Amino acid sequence: MSSTIVDAHAGEHAHRGGVGAFISKYVFSRDHKIIGLQFLFSTLLWFLVGGLLALGIRIQLAWPWEGMPVIGPMLFAGEGGQISPEFYTTLFTMHATVMIFFVIIPILAGAFGNYLIPLMIGADDMAFPTLNMLSYWFMWPAFALIGMSFFFPPYGAGGGWTSYPPLSAVWEAAPGSHWPQTLWLLGVTCVGISSMLGSVNYMTTIIQMRAPGMTMFRLPMTIWAMFITAILQAFALPVLTAAGFMQLLDRVAGTGFFVPEGLVVNNSIAASGGGQPLLWQHLFWFYSHPAVYIMILPAMGMVSDIISCFSRKPLFGYKPMVFSISGIAGLGFIVWGHHMFVSGMNPILGMTFMVATMMIALPSAVKVFNWLGTIWGGRLYFTTPMLFSLSFVSMFIIGGLSGIFMAATPVDIFIHDTYFIVAHFHYVLFTGTAMAVFGAIYFWFPKMFGRMMNEQLGKLHFFLTFVFMNGTFYLMHILGARGFPRRLADPYDYETFSNLQPMNQFITICAIGMVASQIIFAGNFIYSMFWGPTVGRNPWRANGLEWTAPSPPGHGNFDFQPIVYRGPYEYGSPEVDTDYYPQTQPPPDGIEPTGKSEHTDH
Amino acid sequence: MGRFWSLLFLSVPVIGVLTFVCAMGNLWPMSGGSFSFPADHWLPVNVSENGAVIDRLFMFILGLTGVIFVATGIALFFFLWKYDAEKNAEPVKFTHGSHALEIVWSVLPAAILLFIAIYQMNAWADAKLRRPTETIGTTEVPKRPLVEVTGRQFEWRLRYAGEDGEIGTPDDLYTVNELHIPVDEEIVIAIKSEDVLHSFFLPNLRIKQDIVPGMKQFVWFRANQTGTFDVVCAELCGWGHYKMRGRMTIESREKFDVWLDKQIEEQERSEFTPKAGDEDE
Ligand SMILES: [Cu+2]
Ligand SMILES: [Cu+2]
Repeated sequence: MSSTIVDAHAGEHAHRGGVGAFISKYVFSRDHKIIGLQFLFSTLLWFLVGGLLALGIRIQLAWPWEGMPVIGPMLFAGEGGQISPEFYTTLFTMHATVMIFFVIIPILAGAFGNYLIPLMIGADDMAFPTLNMLSYWFMWPAFALIGMSFFFPPYGAGGGWTSYPPLSAVWEAAPGSHWPQTLWLLGVTCVGISSMLGSVNYMTTIIQMRAPGMTMFRLPMTIWAMFITAILQAFALPVLTAAGFMQLLDRVAGTGFFVPEGLVVNNSIAASGGGQPLLWQHLFWFYSHPAVYIMILPAMGMVSDIISCFSRKPLFGYKPMVFSISGIAGLGFIVWGHHMFVSGMNPILGMTFMVATMMIALPSAVKVFNWLGTIWGGRLYFTTPMLFSLSFVSMFIIGGLSGIFMAATPVDIFIHDTYFIVAHFHYVLFTGTAMAVFGAIYFWFPKMFGRMMNEQLGKLHFFLTFVFMNGTFYLMHILGARGFPRRLADPYDYETFSNLQPMNQFITICAIGMVASQIIFAGNFIYSMFWGPTVGRNPWRANGLEWTAPSPPGHGNFDFQPIVYRGPYEYGSPEVDTDYYPQTQPPPDGIEPTGKSEHTDH
Repeated sequence: MGRFWSLLFLSVPVIGVLTFVCAMGNLWPMSGGSFSFPADHWLPVNVSENGAVIDRLFMFILGLTGVIFVATGIALFFFLWKYDAEKNAEPVKFTHGSHALEIVWSVLPAAILLFIAIYQMNAWADAKLRRPTETIGTTEVPKRPLVEVTGRQFEWRLRYAGEDGEIGTPDDLYTVNELHIPVDEEIVIAIKSEDVLHSFFLPNLRIKQDIVPGMKQFVWFRANQTGTFDVVCAELCGWGHYKMRGRMTIESREKFDVWLDKQIEEQERSEFTPKAGDEDE
């Protein structure tokens, strides 16, 4: 089956030549691996942009109004290199926008989802290669629109990444945000289209294109996570898209979906009315809470695979892991109101959301215990991917536990919109997801490029990142306990917060160290891509299907028809002499193929 | 190297707990150094009754999560230390999981989480549902607000009832950013916005309520200590969000009445003209 498709692909390219061939192979490619790498490179570049925007925020908080070194004078010569309060709102708005919409979501689903799904299920490509190509190329209008928004004075959208109306919907509310905010909305809509195209493709591919023998309960956790994530995207995204269009119409056509009547904004009467600001918050969080899981579930899946591989031991509780991911996804749809406990929403409704939110902590706890169970009794190899994955577990514990504080509604009254929240979601998204992403890059890099990344540099990168990120984010819990609010350009005039500047300076210095440590990663990545030691198909002695394909896999992925005999976690199986047991390896004579009736799972 | 990495992961719960201890007790080791953290990095002084309940809940959750944080952190360290392939010759435990354990570690957290969920409901209801009442004639009605706070870019406009005790009449008193509250009384404050979202945040009273234009909302509390405290805007409201700063004076009823009378007098003397944007709706 796969060989015929390989031939068909080859024939399709043969009749083009020269530039056309190059463009169709590497630019408008329909090969899932090229598209995955396109996503990877684009998102890593945006990661740098997002990180620099974060440093802008940190510098303002550490030394308010003293301006940014080096870039400050270039950007705002007029203000003597100072960050203006308007630009400060742009900094945190764009930091979040870039990190969420241009980095985390597309790097997980776009880069790893694309690259890994066909390889790990034994397919030659995605179900809809053209759709797949479009999902990447719809990111470019988004890049362009949001990139453009920076060039309209005063320097971009400043309504927060949550874009709460009326601030974001009424032109007069944020002077100068006219075009940037509109472009921002259009840009986010394009990201939505891209995600939607991807998710339809992932669902279909995982359901339809699994290799013979690859039952649903033999799928690696990475694929389960991508599958559930795709479902979340498909059901939640239309709501955000609709809400985005409504806000767009509020801005350009004065529809007033989110604008109540009688507003006096900036001394002028804002038009129309008849809307409700809370409506936006409901619609926005109906997507953006599930999006939180879109930003963590694939990381959990990849970490499960990596930890099992380097513990040389089966994943503990495979099915409970699958059920917890599904549980998180299901509950994830009925907890959005926990972002709105103090928004003015009906407090009794708040209680309902509170109970659901408390309960969603449960599957996360189950996952943590199962990771610990996987490590228990294994033979651990502290490779770079393993270190990053372990740090995911260690940090996710912090991010998960701090979530309980804000799920408790009375406590949330105090810590809502403070740095406690900022600490919480950075523990989940940076020290959690971003660590998993680094781990996954080190792990699958040899498959992607046929070369190893340098382990020593990788460990140095891990160590420095680990230390600096904790120095950066951990103390934010303390700031939050003090009540230190988010998004204040200069908080130190408040008596309550006037003593927090030294701690903020400490955090900023750690943040600079954290960003600087990524130079090691960038260097290692680029060097290894071209000059790293070449590897064979399976450098980590791992079980997954992707490790039976050539490194890097050619067009059509497999040079043989993979047939799957068991789940992906049979490390240390007594059936074989090696400490791993690839999914495609036929069982030795005399042994019944295991896993026929899923009893390998327990 | 396995030893080194194990210890690195052990440092997470150790330093993690120590940081909180330092914050609670002002025990920062670097005091005096280039990063001398001054005192007060913990919950700001609480001066309200429901605030004390919220603080206790915070500390309860901190203790509970602290125990789980330390226990899981130490388990992680112990497994890393013990099962390091370089040091450990034992064959791996070839197991795919355990039903019994899965049940234990699902039911136990579920019970704890459910307990927290139910345990806190009362404090939430006190803060957001049970508005104090007063008796007018023979009927019990929701207590009328002492002051109406209007958020606008970028200041707090306050409006106290005049002689007649009703807000919205011509004898109202107007001030900006300066909130006065009598101590030891049930206080209701009406809050509204005339432009964008704001959030009325009184850190020392553990009060926070987003202000939504088009909606009139109420917060209530009973302050039990006098002093001057911050009024913070906690919801992004534009470029000047950071400077939307007010002050709240909690004082005895006598002092409050004196202040109010003096303000009314001054307002009348400077010809009674409502400030722009404060016309009655
Ligand atoms: Cu959420
Ligand atoms: Cu504000």
